[in-house]
Amino acid sequence: MKTNGGAALIKSLELEGVEVIFGLPGGAILPVYDPIIDSPIRHILVRHEQGAGHMAEGYAHATGRPGVAMVTSGPAATNIVTPLADAYMDSVPLVVITGQVGTAGIGTDAFQEVDTVGMTRSITKHNELVTRAEDIPRVIREAFHIATTGRPGPVLVDIPKDIVDPTNPNSAMDWYWPDSVDLPGYNPQMDGDPALIEAAARLILASERPVLYAGGGILKARAAEALTALAELLDIPVVTTLMGRGGIPDDHPLCLGMPGMHGNYTAVMSMQESDLLIALGSRFDDRVTGKLAEFAPHAKIIHVDIDPAELGKVRRPDVGITGDCRLVIEELINALNILGVDSQPDRSSWRSTLSGWQEKYPLKYAQSETGELLKPQFVLEQLRDNTPDDCIVASGVGQHQMWTAQYWKFNHPYTWINSGGLGTMGFAVPAAIGAKVGRPDRMVWAVDGDGCFQMTAQELVTAASERIPVKIAILNNAYLGMVRQWQEMFYEERYSEVYLSPDLPDYKMWAEAMGCVGMRVESPEDVLPAIQRANEIDDRPVVIDFRTDAREKVFPMVPAGKSNSDIVVGE
Amino acid sequence: MNTNPTEVRHHILSVLVENKPGVLARVSGLFARRAFNIYSLAVAPTNDPSVSRISIVVDVESAPLEQITKQLDKLINVLLIEELAPSAAVQRELLIATVVVTTSGHQAFRDTLGTFSAKLLDENADSFIVSLEDTPERLDVFAAFLGSHHLVALERTGRVALPRLS
Repeated sequence: MKTNGGAALIKSLELEGVEVIFGLPGGAILPVYDPIIDSPIRHILVRHEQGAGHMAEGYAHATGRPGVAMVTSGPAATNIVTPLADAYMDSVPLVVITGQVGTAGIGTDAFQEVDTVGMTRSITKHNELVTRAEDIPRVIREAFHIATTGRPGPVLVDIPKDIVDPTNPNSAMDWYWPDSVDLPGYNPQMDGDPALIEAAARLILASERPVLYAGGGILKARAAEALTALAELLDIPVVTTLMGRGGIPDDHPLCLGMPGMHGNYTAVMSMQESDLLIALGSRFDDRVTGKLAEFAPHAKIIHVDIDPAELGKVRRPDVGITGDCRLVIEELINALNILGVDSQPDRSSWRSTLSGWQEKYPLKYAQSETGELLKPQFVLEQLRDNTPDDCIVASGVGQHQMWTAQYWKFNHPYTWINSGGLGTMGFAVPAAIGAKVGRPDRMVWAVDGDGCFQMTAQELVTAASERIPVKIAILNNAYLGMVRQWQEMFYEERYSEVYLSPDLPDYKMWAEAMGCVGMRVESPEDVLPAIQRANEIDDRPVVIDFRTDAREKVFPMVPAGKSNSDIVVGE
Repeated sequence: MNTNPTEVRHHILSVLVENKPGVLARVSGLFARRAFNIYSLAVAPTNDPSVSRISIVVDVESAPLEQITKQLDKLINVLLIEELAPSAAVQRELLIATVVVTTSGHQAFRDTLGTFSAKLLDENADSFIVSLEDTPERLDVFAAFLGSHHLVALERTGRVALPRLS
């Protein structure tokens, strides 16, 4: 069948099962936007290309399926660089299609030309400049395969205008769809080595103070149920990292919550005092380890990761297993059952140490006095307790993100969407929109900071016009709060360029101008009614401007460069 | 011209890659972003024209090299990586140079070329273009000899290497 590159591109996306593209057209990608009119794929027109990338990420986080974004060349490609880097750091499966100037113009400083593949080489799992129309179906097939298998990640496909423009002879091709992908250099190892799995099982059965250290890889591998089964089989506590929250339900008695710079005392100290860390899809990030030389000094390490380059990258494992987290956990459960789990050491003193810490060092904050601004933790508790248990929550980056990670109860996997590795301010609004598009059956809230909100708020226009009813809670403390906290604690309260103002912009009016319902809440008794009203609105986005107390700091805190054992519980 | 003696910390990576545009940039980019200096690099298609072999000589400690090898292996276009210990590899390199030699020294110069088994590729009244294909260490010695004359230009290809048979 004769076709052209543009039609073949859309057809290829349909065959990959794409149901939605987040994008924005422009000169170089124009020919591809024509066949979209006749395609069953939904296209969501964003207001800024960064929004398209983060929406695709939110969609992928919530559904487990690859997010797809399509934008034009030049400035559109540079605008989507941040989401690509974000997805690369957090292993989010994305396929991003960028337009490019015609093949004859490449390298001539043509209008809206940038070297997109050169620019994104180090922040994509793979990228490819397609130069012939007949390569398009093959490259798209490969892109989805690479993005979604092994360690997931973003793949960028850069497509020059002439090979997709039906009026240009360079776009002519015969349609085909490859039966399989042929990538001889790409063979992710899924199954763990049985000998290593048995070695890991023996270490576990001999350990007196074990901790399961579950990261984002648990969720990427859809291994949450397997993780819970492993923890229950062994009766071993679990910490869930920022990217792994929800990997085991927070209300599970074995769940200790989040470790790391702003983790709770018990989670942090359980790792410090452990004699065996079982790292599953986690990468010993500096925000988790604190000062590396003093991290978990007595612990042996079992490290399971789909990416062999993670094993030994930061901390050398005693047993390092390359493989898919779900498969390896299932194999580990088999091995443990064969060896017999009844012979484990008595861990009652370890359990009582942990429960003693939990009792002595709970998360805490002081309620506001009359006339004071809202406590952000109070707002989060109200939101947590008055939304469905399977509500999806997205956040930006900063204090509000850490408070949400601390105070929310993630009792379901795939309900927590945030920017962990790159720490991208402005992530929340577009990510929440993408999540709601992928899971229209779920309630989706974004918890955002006022600084973050100003970076990507324009995407609420997208949400309003597309009738995507996300709900945004701005914890508005009028500051770049996390920077303020560091300046207060480490720069002798010399506040430099962190004040934003509580009412410039007027968030309620701004929300209304963007087609949303806008509310402002200033006193504790108004918090619940506002949340309830927002929960009932299902035909447009809602924004609530919660006026919060800028003096509140995120605790506990392990100061940067300090050992986790120097954790500061509060003031 | 850099004719430093071959250093002991050198590691040789022999990398088979798909012969496609941009692959060399992906490989060299991994070294560049970690601020590892590539000492020499040679790349050309193998007997299979769809596959190229890149021979990279790097000067790093072994721990970061293990990490960069794993990162290299993650590149979709990289097919196989072998780290060759210099003692376990057959290594060859080609040097060509243009040298001006005083007329009185011509015969001695030609005689010395013979002892190195170097070739004379071109000559005129006072200049010679010579070449030598040998081990990197022998090339270092040859380069030092050429340096005792008026060396106009010297170029080395970088090492190619294959694992020894035993």
